[in-house]
Amino acid sequence: MHSPQPRDPSAQPSRTHPPLTADVVTTGRLARRGQSLAPRIYRTVVSTLQALGIVIGHAFHSRDTVQYPDEMVYLPPRYRGRIVLSRDPHGAERCVACYLCAVACPVDCIALQATQDETGRRYPAWFRINFSRCIFCGFCEDACPTYAIQLTPDVEMCEYERPNMVYEKEDLLIAGTGKYHDYDFYRVAGQAVGGKDKGAAEREAPPVDLHDLLP
Amino acid sequence: MNWLPEGGRLVAALPDWIGQLVTVFGVLIVVLSVAAGLIWYERRLLALVQDRYGPNRVGPAGLLQVLADTFKILFKEDWVPPFADRRVFVVAPSIVFATALLSFMVVPVAEGIVVADIDVGLLFVLAMSSLAVYSVVLAGWASRSKYSLVGGLRAAAQMVSYEVFMGLSLVGVVTMAGSFDLTRIVEAQRGLWYVVPQFVGFVVFVVAGLAETRRLPFDLVEAESELVAGFHTEYSGMKFGMFFVGEYIAVTLVSALIATLFFGGWLGPWLPGVMWFLIKTGVFITFFVVARGTFPRPRYDQLMALGWKVMLPVSLVNLLVTGAIVVAGQ
Repeated sequence: MHSPQPRDPSAQPSRTHPPLTADVVTTGRLARRGQSLAPRIYRTVVSTLQALGIVIGHAFHSRDTVQYPDEMVYLPPRYRGRIVLSRDPHGAERCVACYLCAVACPVDCIALQATQDETGRRYPAWFRINFSRCIFCGFCEDACPTYAIQLTPDVEMCEYERPNMVYEKEDLLIAGTGKYHDYDFYRVAGQAVGGKDKGAAEREAPPVDLHDLLP
Repeated sequence: MNWLPEGGRLVAALPDWIGQLVTVFGVLIVVLSVAAGLIWYERRLLALVQDRYGPNRVGPAGLLQVLADTFKILFKEDWVPPFADRRVFVVAPSIVFATALLSFMVVPVAEGIVVADIDVGLLFVLAMSSLAVYSVVLAGWASRSKYSLVGGLRAAAQMVSYEVFMGLSLVGVVTMAGSFDLTRIVEAQRGLWYVVPQFVGFVVFVVAGLAETRRLPFDLVEAESELVAGFHTEYSGMKFGMFFVGEYIAVTLVSALIATLFFGGWLGPWLPGVMWFLIKTGVFITFFVVARGTFPRPRYDQLMALGWKVMLPVSLVNLLVTGAIVVAGQ
């Protein structure tokens, strides 16, 4: 049983057959090549000068720092920042006070109370988010069935007094549609509310007349 | 005494001691300003090579950061650990400060302008750097804490070993110049700067200078990630500030010595001697700062092995060859 030949350290491992272990050990005379004094001095000097060259080269790169607050760091559109309550394309508020966001919230920072207007449309009487507890996870946005509650890429909301970090509905409600421009919950839901009968939603057929024999 | 090389009559009428007093205060103020300015310079330069800004908010370009840091450190609580040896603890930081400042006495800043023209100037500088070892030893010992003690021991061993070939590398320069007097050494470089014939000595002296001032890559004994903070673990407030500024004064001193001994001191065309001296010292201070940003930190046994197994034989061989050439030339 002969011992396997030591691999030449200067030979490239083939791409189809990489070494089976992470550290490839060479032994014998091949391992002692390049370990005497002159090659080691050469390698030390060359690596030192290379390191100095790289470091000094970095002096000519531009700096990566964003000089906040003079410059603002880039926040992508889906960044989970400040929470808002949006309105539908017709200007009515989207929130139907279903409490799903309050249930989904991992730190229980959302509180609200449902009520109904005279047309039968549900809306929150009051809506409160405690931003000193909010962890900006976005679970409320995922849970909302009407795209009412959304997280926006705004992070500049510091306050000096902790009670100022509790936002009421008038602080949260915005005039626009937020990130989802076309969705109008009551136009697609089957609920009969003021302005819409059952069967009058988009892509909905009118209800079947049970007492009629015709198809 | 002449202030201008061509013998200007500007100050010829004043008594000598006024000129000497001005020189003393001039050197003192410039050295302390450079050491304090190094705080700003090092942070900005390290940031430049690390793709970031250093302090740039306090004052124009962050220049008042030095002032802010000084105020902060002055107002810190002056606390001596109850288990420490009080008198030695308080004295230790001032030793490196004092020895580095004293060494500046013999460094010639321009033609004929030196605080004290001593015949054995270079020996005096080496003696002062040997005394600087006391500061780390006493700091580590007087703190009476494990980390400080081990840090102090390592620092003492490192500094004492690297001092051996710091001296030896300079003997080549002394042999070529024929004197220990720093002004005579600068004068002897009018033809050719000593960095060319004594290149090996120059490299050894730079490495030894890095180790003596405990700068990266030889700052194992005081780095923040090693041994808590080494021999200055227990120091806070102004005493820590003195270690800090003392280290910068030592860096300035070693840069000035490199410029004087190997690069011709104040020699150079067109500009007055002082300007050349400051420029050359500045180049080496910059090298010290860039070296801090470049090299990884070797382990302590690797550091000692480098000193005794590589630097010492190299400097001895350099001495042998230099001595042979000088003797053969006579």
